Amino acid sequence: MTSETSARTHPASAFLHRHVRVRLGLLLSAPLLWLGLVYIAALAALLITAFWTVDTFTGQVRIEWTLDNIVTVISGSLYQAVTLRTVGVAVVVTLIDIAVALPIAFFMAKVASKRWQRILVIAVLMPLWASYLVKAYAWRSVLSQDGIFAWLVEPFGGSTPGYGLHAAVITLAYLWLPYVILPIYAGLERVPDSLLEASGDLGANSWRTFRSVVLPLLWPAILAGSIFSFSLTLGDYITVNIVGGTSQLLGNLVYTNVGAANNLPLASAISLVPIAIIFVYLAAVRRTGALSNL
Amino acid sequence: MRLSRLSRTVLASLTGVILAVMYLPLAVVFVNSFSTSQSLTWPPPGFTLEWWGRAFRSAGALEAILTSVQIALAATAISLVLGTLISLALQRYRFFGRDAVSLLVILPIALPGIITGIALNNAFRTILGVQLSILTVIVAHATFCIVTVFNNVIARLRRLGTSLEEASADLGAGAWTTFRLVTFPQLRSALLAGGLLAFALSFDEIIVTTFTAGAGVTTLPIFILNNLFRPNQAPVVSVIAVVLVLGSIIPIYFAQRIAGADGMRSRGTER
Repeated sequence: MTSETSARTHPASAFLHRHVRVRLGLLLSAPLLWLGLVYIAALAALLITAFWTVDTFTGQVRIEWTLDNIVTVISGSLYQAVTLRTVGVAVVVTLIDIAVALPIAFFMAKVASKRWQRILVIAVLMPLWASYLVKAYAWRSVLSQDGIFAWLVEPFGGSTPGYGLHAAVITLAYLWLPYVILPIYAGLERVPDSLLEASGDLGANSWRTFRSVVLPLLWPAILAGSIFSFSLTLGDYITVNIVGGTSQLLGNLVYTNVGAANNLPLASAISLVPIAIIFVYLAAVRRTGALSNL
Repeated sequence: MRLSRLSRTVLASLTGVILAVMYLPLAVVFVNSFSTSQSLTWPPPGFTLEWWGRAFRSAGALEAILTSVQIALAATAISLVLGTLISLALQRYRFFGRDAVSLLVILPIALPGIITGIALNNAFRTILGVQLSILTVIVAHATFCIVTVFNNVIARLRRLGTSLEEASADLGAGAWTTFRLVTFPQLRSALLAGGLLAFALSFDEIIVTTFTAGAGVTTLPIFILNNLFRPNQAPVVSVIAVVLVLGSIIPIYFAQRIAGADGMRSRGTER
């Protein structure tokens, strides 16, 4: 009876109530139009450009179908070396971030008092608001020959790693760390304390409890965090420019080909490499439910 | 959990060390903003307030901050609307292609910024024939900000269920009234958290911005990149960074308080 009165007063709402498809269509049309028209169309156009070529005289993109760019990227020793280096850096950065994030996230979620928990979340979030560029530049100054790192370790006979791949790994791991801590912390919050107590009651020590109870439940959250550190590293070129010395990652190659070399088709072909890697990674990670843990 | 005293101490000290390393570069930036050295030598040879004075008189910096705020506000507003719509659709309905849609939302943030950047640059200039301007930056930023709103709202919707909305409809409210008086108030803090993240993401974005900004559009990150390697300007950039970090305490604090109060309320009703 009540729905009849509402149908009389709200004919539009009643119509929507009876037509699920229409409701869904209204909800989805705006966001799908936006993402489809703006993003997917742009991405598709870029990928198609990889099969075109550049006129050597005018520097303009010419629509002439060719596999040359793809072949160059797959078989060129420079591209192979840089791809391997980039993936290596992304894996190392991700592993460092997970190793650092686990203890601090565990302390925040399971050991700290409510009050400290709130303070620590703020402390982890705050560096995110300092500009990415300033943080990368700060590491440049920390790691420089007369920077604070050299000043701290020289009395003990150490020295700064200087600018290069090591500095790039340290800086990238630093930059993405909060993005990895937060999902892992949220994941730990969802692990009920009672499970940990039960495990302790059954005779497991802390390490055994962590390995057999916490870690299996935490996998999706860890993988969700790794998506950030992995994919952000895969496309970075600015940090590498600031602290990486002369080393190059895939992002740098794409950037040079778009800018200085003015060869968009080749740049598109190179960018197919990180796109492919990330799709494989997302597909592998999806089964664990990591994507809903972002 | 009953951890041994030793493991508690180890975890606490590890946390302390990690936080110290997280704040070391920020501390260096802070000290450098007062240093007389322009090349960031450590320890600083002397202290001065010159850079602070210059930063506050720098018209370029203030203008860049304003531009960034405008872009971030517009991008956040768009992503709030689109993110809420898409999370309502994905959480409340089962349909063909649902997984594809959820992947589509994540993609702009999962793919490297440089790819998003050159793809949009190419699309704007050659396909649509649009001049790059502040609008193209907003469109680009909104695209990758949708995901932060989406994540926060869909997590909230999962927890809420639909019984209150059904009750509202049974009591005679139309779809819009139900959304306005029942759904929206329950989503408010999730929208705030997602919106704040979206704002921060847009405010700090440099790579996508480089490729989608028109010639006259200088956002704060672009201003910083332009000035980072100029000897006279690097300390001024340090000042701006210090002000930003200190300023960020306020929004984070309020977001935390709202989230905290919210968490307590929902816990109170669940038990």
